[in-house]
Amino acid sequence: MTVSPPEHHELRYVGRSVTRREGAHKLTGRSRYIDDMHVEGALTGRTIRTTIAAGRVRDIRFPEGFPWNEFTIVTAKDLPVNEVALITNEQPALVDSIVRHHQEAILLIAHEDPGLVQEAARAIEIVYEKDPGIFEMEQGRVLKDLAIRHGNTEQAFSGENIVFEGEYATGAQEHVYIEPNGFIAWWENETVVLHGSNQCPYYVHKAVKNAFALERDDQVRVVQETTGGGFGGKEEFPSMVAIHTALLSRKAGGKPVRLIYDRAEDMACSTKRHPSITRIRTACTREGVFKGIEVTFHIDGGAYLTLSPVVLSRGLLHSGGPYRWPAAKMDGLCWFTNSPPYGAFRGFGAPQSEFAIERHLDRLSQLLGICPIELRRKNFLQRGDVLPTSQIVEEDPELDHIVDRALELSDYRAKQQSSPCGSGHGMGLSVFYHGTGFTGSGEVYLSSVVALEAQSDGTVEIQVSSTEIGQGTETVFAQIAAEGLGINIEQIRFRKPETGAVPDSGPTVASRTCSIVGGLVEKAARQMREKLNGRDVAEAAAMDSLRAEARYEPPPGLVWNEETYQGCAYGAYSWGCNVAEIVLDSVTAELRVEKMWGIYDIGCVINPVLAVGQVEGGMAQGAGWATCEDVVLREGLMQNTRVTNYIIPTSADGPDMVVEFVEHHNPIGAFGSKGVGELPMDGPPAAIANAVAHATGQNIVSIPIRPEDILK
Amino acid sequence: MIASNPVRYRAYVPVGVEEALEQKAAIENLLPIAGGTEVMVLLNEGLLAPCPVQSLHQLAGDWRGIRESDGSLIIGALATYTDVRHHPVVCERYPLLVESAKVTGALQIQNRGTLVGNIVNGSPAADTVPALFVYEANIRLLSSSGERVISINEFYTGYRKTILRSDELISEIILPAPPDGARHYYRKVGTRAAQAISKVVVAGIRTDHETKLAWGSVGPTTLRALKTEKAIAGGASPEEAAVVLMEELAPMDDIRSTRNYRLAVSRNLVMDFIHKTKE
Repeated sequence: MTVSPPEHHELRYVGRSVTRREGAHKLTGRSRYIDDMHVEGALTGRTIRTTIAAGRVRDIRFPEGFPWNEFTIVTAKDLPVNEVALITNEQPALVDSIVRHHQEAILLIAHEDPGLVQEAARAIEIVYEKDPGIFEMEQGRVLKDLAIRHGNTEQAFSGENIVFEGEYATGAQEHVYIEPNGFIAWWENETVVLHGSNQCPYYVHKAVKNAFALERDDQVRVVQETTGGGFGGKEEFPSMVAIHTALLSRKAGGKPVRLIYDRAEDMACSTKRHPSITRIRTACTREGVFKGIEVTFHIDGGAYLTLSPVVLSRGLLHSGGPYRWPAAKMDGLCWFTNSPPYGAFRGFGAPQSEFAIERHLDRLSQLLGICPIELRRKNFLQRGDVLPTSQIVEEDPELDHIVDRALELSDYRAKQQSSPCGSGHGMGLSVFYHGTGFTGSGEVYLSSVVALEAQSDGTVEIQVSSTEIGQGTETVFAQIAAEGLGINIEQIRFRKPETGAVPDSGPTVASRTCSIVGGLVEKAARQMREKLNGRDVAEAAAMDSLRAEARYEPPPGLVWNEETYQGCAYGAYSWGCNVAEIVLDSVTAELRVEKMWGIYDIGCVINPVLAVGQVEGGMAQGAGWATCEDVVLREGLMQNTRVTNYIIPTSADGPDMVVEFVEHHNPIGAFGSKGVGELPMDGPPAAIANAVAHATGQNIVSIPIRPEDILK
Repeated sequence: MIASNPVRYRAYVPVGVEEALEQKAAIENLLPIAGGTEVMVLLNEGLLAPCPVQSLHQLAGDWRGIRESDGSLIIGALATYTDVRHHPVVCERYPLLVESAKVTGALQIQNRGTLVGNIVNGSPAADTVPALFVYEANIRLLSSSGERVISINEFYTGYRKTILRSDELISEIILPAPPDGARHYYRKVGTRAAQAISKVVVAGIRTDHETKLAWGSVGPTTLRALKTEKAIAGGASPEEAAVVLMEELAPMDDIRSTRNYRLAVSRNLVMDFIHKTKE
């Protein structure tokens, strides 16, 4: 299972910063987002939501003064199957009677006058019977638990070894994709057509087909429109919006319906990053050699299971960090609360647990009197080491080298030495890793397919359901296809994702698009190149239809046991190191992240400019989560649902960033690539927290780190 | 999508001051709009109760100017933050206004929003109002029945409450010349570097004989810390002044920050003020 790493200079497109295909359209405002789409005669829909977090709906009242007979109104009773199909189907699309969280959809209204819809929506009265509700982890029931066992932890925690424990917490985070959720839907006889903003057209397809109990796949057509960001926020949630839009349209006799959220509604009801509490107990020798780890990783799942089991899984699998633990006992618990369900968000649990371990190691190093970097170095994973899942590390991550580069570029040691602890200035470091693609057998279940089709005009069309959501899918796939085919990149076209018209290449999540789906594009391109056999594309396509398909096949030896949580959790890992330099204002305790350095091994860098964009964005998002992003919930209702009071960093706040790539090629990813999208989210919180701990002398164990917590 | 029904907001567009004042007197609940940076946000979010609105755009010729008069500077009601912060006389004599206009929202807001809008909106977190307090600005209020000029220090009566009558419009702000040799101090403590609402905001001027200090976001209105001013003018140490200040502020917990943090920061700020304005 080895391929020789490609030499970039021999390649025409891969490894080069090809200009984003849709970039000019986005910059000049020509891209059409769902709200820009004009559909003649479309009704405007609006969702009526719960205003309590727990209880029952007793009555729905439509006060006088509105022409209710002109409105399309739907409730749970109008839906053939009241479910949002995902891992389980427990979440209803509309509340029938039981209320499990604030801002849950109860009914939907639509009218041709958009202004009237807004007024009417506010006038509808819902009568409730209210229950107290649960708003903290560890108070309600467990939605899901997982365990990883490896080696003999009892032995590790006995004898002379130094045992050290700590508890670490992270807050929720809102995605703040620039475009709120929205769909437009209509029915053509027994087929529903949905246009909208989303990451995963086939997830929407599955959920809509299930909710309307449709028999055939071709009765649901989901078309992805230009999507203004996702970060995981448009992985599972759009299925709900799509069902609502389709339902209103069906009740309106198939007329088109627009259901476009405004920012406040989107923030109040949609998914967020899971809050977490991680308890860690470690055993090591006096010299700092790790002997064992016990982790209990808690996440708040919110009111429905949704994707929490997989978030829990990834978080738990990454909870030991990129270190050698001869013995590990890792438990993951996902708790029910009456908060809106938490969901997919860039990193998928790993940023939470990696914050905990990276903060823990700095605290441990203090206890041991060892430099935190040296402590890490003693225990870095190397080729041949065994992960707690028994997976053997097959590549050499060369973390020493990655850390050396970060230290050198940031002038870490000199700066740290010139700023004593408590001086208000500090440097902090974190080392992290991220598994590429779906966890365990996920990629096998997905069984993704991509297709390439030669056209008589001499172009080759890429057909995938992987979506362009701002990260560069169209561009990197064109690079990969052109390289594999040996043709000009101008000859590559990208088919707009539409279910039925493109094969299911899986969801656009889990850092899988470039590496795993891109790998399939490469495979299909090479197949087609053979079929072309030196012929011109137009010439060959004119003679017969020329199509190549590639389906995911697991590399030999990639086996995962879901029962024991043992085996190969991921086919490849990306690695990284961050250094953060922070300055604290002596008067106000305002925290400024001055500069951040990031060294990343994402395998082959297909497009350097886009890769830098991805990691810089991730670093900024990570810095925001660590410092200013604070979802304020009161009884499960978000209080700061505007971009003026949910504070994300602006360009005036963001640190200067220095990024460098180290390329260790992945034998299974496109041209040796590994996952890039989520990795940059994993490192910044701990690097910043470690820097703040040094700058303040305070024992930072949770994020966000607010000036309110520092200045007491 | 706008979460309001636009037809519920009848728009009036007076072409001159006289017509504007007549409408203001005659139409109940008439809401004047200058830059719209506050009103449009509320409208967008469905938080603006239906009401008639009055666009002041056509009055720009009368009311957008900034001019000197008898040693004072007159700022018209439609002058934007950008107009203010780039005006040579403001830059020379009223640095606190430049500073505070510069940290209000960001450039887009500054290009549309007006200084008078900041005043009349009545938010205790307003960024420019503390500066106007220490410069002891006067406000000219016009109505179809006459005019009155009052000090900004007497304009606010409570949380988002002012003495403005329903038939009145603010036409201009009158800034007296600042005291000779004044040292200026301004600090906004926001939630981020731009596009932020203040957690605490302070403006101060100090001469060898007197001190003026105005605070925002630490009470129901912008307020002058008169006892603290007196203590500082009387030679109090930074620590002593901080003790006096604590009695004058009444901050609260809200989604932006906490009472404790606001007090702690204010304490540090007043000490910083004394150090930085020593001479």
